[in-house]
Amino acid sequence: MTATTTPLQSLSQSSIHHTRLRHANQLKIMVVLLLLLIGAFLLSLATGSVTIPLDQIITILTGGEATRTTWITIVLDFRLPKALTALLAGAALAVGGLQMQTLFRNPLAEPYVLGINAGASLGVALIVLTVGGTGTMLLAGIGLLGDMGIAAAAFIGSAAALLIVLTAAARVQSVTTLLILGLMFGFAVSAVVSLLLYFSIAERVQAYINWTFGSFGGVTWSQMPIFALMIIVGLISAVVLTKPLNALLLGEHYARSLGVDIRKARMGIVLSTALLTGSVTAFCGPIGFIGIAVPHLCRSLLHTSDHRILTPAAILLGGIVALLADLVAQMPGGQVVLPLNAVTALLGAPIIIALILRRRSLRTAFAS
Amino acid sequence: MNTPILHTHQLTIGYRPSRRQQVLVCPAINAMLYPGELVCLIGPNGAGKSTLMRTLAGMQAPLEGTVRLGEDEVRDLPPRELARRLSLVLTERIDAAGMRAIELVALGRQPYTSWIGDLSAHDEQVVQHALRQVGAEELADRMLDELSDGERQKVMIARALAQEPVVMLLDEPTAFLDLPRRAEIMTMLRRLARDTGRAILLSTHDLELALRSADRIWLLPKGGPLQTGAPEDLVLSGAFEQAFRSEGVQFDSYTGSFHMRTTAAGVIDLHGSGLPAIWTTRALERAGFCVAPGGQGSPLRVELHGEHAETRWHLHKAGEVQLFESVNGLLVALKKM
Repeated sequence: MTATTTPLQSLSQSSIHHTRLRHANQLKIMVVLLLLLIGAFLLSLATGSVTIPLDQIITILTGGEATRTTWITIVLDFRLPKALTALLAGAALAVGGLQMQTLFRNPLAEPYVLGINAGASLGVALIVLTVGGTGTMLLAGIGLLGDMGIAAAAFIGSAAALLIVLTAAARVQSVTTLLILGLMFGFAVSAVVSLLLYFSIAERVQAYINWTFGSFGGVTWSQMPIFALMIIVGLISAVVLTKPLNALLLGEHYARSLGVDIRKARMGIVLSTALLTGSVTAFCGPIGFIGIAVPHLCRSLLHTSDHRILTPAAILLGGIVALLADLVAQMPGGQVVLPLNAVTALLGAPIIIALILRRRSLRTAFAS
Repeated sequence: MNTPILHTHQLTIGYRPSRRQQVLVCPAINAMLYPGELVCLIGPNGAGKSTLMRTLAGMQAPLEGTVRLGEDEVRDLPPRELARRLSLVLTERIDAAGMRAIELVALGRQPYTSWIGDLSAHDEQVVQHALRQVGAEELADRMLDELSDGERQKVMIARALAQEPVVMLLDEPTAFLDLPRRAEIMTMLRRLARDTGRAILLSTHDLELALRSADRIWLLPKGGPLQTGAPEDLVLSGAFEQAFRSEGVQFDSYTGSFHMRTTAAGVIDLHGSGLPAIWTTRALERAGFCVAPGGQGSPLRVELHGEHAETRWHLHKAGEVQLFESVNGLLVALKKM
């Protein structure tokens, strides 16, 4: 067919061309993110109180013999589970945050708005602050129980909060109501924790506060399968929810008119986010900022709101950010370990501020 | 006449604020939408236009009666099936940061795409065609937050078209637009209805435009009943005047427009013709005068001299003549009297 190209046809061609270019560009960025993730992962295995050369790391990971046997123990028993935990937790928090920002159509939403975190902290507070006789016994008890006791308490707390949120999600009409309920639930639970803290002795308070600092170092190999399984199930469900999430960018009314079963989608998103953040909080403590910052980073990096791209990007970038935050907290070469939460916030806040100022969000806020 | 695409049977719309209470908005609506027609839903504020739209779209349960799309009841259709037959343009503003116009239109293919939402070649064609139909092809790669209200509305309509529905419902699609844009959107919708054989129902406050553009009107007075018919029939039957009767405003069945009802400040005898006379009449009426062309015995007389931009206004009063170069000058002088 030798039909002449009308201006309209050529326009549509150019638009398809633009779309292709954009996709190629996005693919490039994803590949770069993947490489960065691998780099950050290896770096976190190599650095710490002892620096281990990269070639030795690879030898150890592939089952070979390292020049020093202690290095094998350090890498396999301490740094590898920690790096895996950071990777999974970062991915989980980023995807959880992305889902919440889309569901609530609110750029300030984060994985913890559902009150899951508050539930977990109450569980931990109850265990740490009330169980056991004296302070010394308690501290010994924590050592004996390992962090498993705390993880279990946090998990039970998360699950209880989740049940409450899910019941609400099924009943309430508007998603804004759900957001407010989640926030209020969080405040109320925090108040109970404050009361528990107020009436507790100093050692116990300190133990609780240590938990709130957050750490990727608490997951042992025996706990890893549970932790990894829950995160992976959560991530897969987030991928499955891609289409309704994209429709929800237009709000619940439009999403429904596009054929989305709103109630199902809402439950799915809440369940997925709760699984992701509940697991992280249970095993690593309440880790802030990754969940709110990474989705924004992904959007501005990839110039899209499409969850087919954003969800995998959030997984990669969430892992990178968590690994880097942990690296900084380790203070390579030093013996001091900084609270992880302080690091994520100190690194994250300037990034978000810079992004928001650059994205002219202020202008659009006044234009509409 | 051909068979209706959508029809309501004894549809009673309203709310249930709680289990025991119900608030009735409008009872016993029996109305139909036919293929290829543009129907405007009009009615005073608070009559329940939005409630009716939501009920038709299956977003709100009726208190009684049914809404049928072909043979099927809207409330019984699975969401995906409903989305293939009925699409919406709502008043709520979309601000999805980082979304392009073409991506928004592509979301209209969701009822047809796979679980992840990838577009087939056919889907891409439908999206391009929808953009072309609303004349928004050049907007395809623009970010949504860069679009003007009018452009955005076109893209929203393209998205609704991409769903390839049999019925499109639009809730006040012209609300935020300036007058030329309103006329453009209305003309476009009428063409779309005709070209695609879809039924388009839109609610609007813009009566004059509705009267000129709609194939039929659904007129919803406060408390009902809903009346339907060609715009002209509803004007001639007086239904219009009745539905919009309120203090201060009056529907003029001669011009099809609304007038402020003001207390007469006096009668003015206007001499002149053409455009200047029409606009002078409007100005004088706004100022509260009753204009009687060639009226006798009035102490005030305005004469128009000259053509268009050169028009001069002569005000005769008690033998005196004042000359003005603008309508505004005339009005100011009249106000002082």
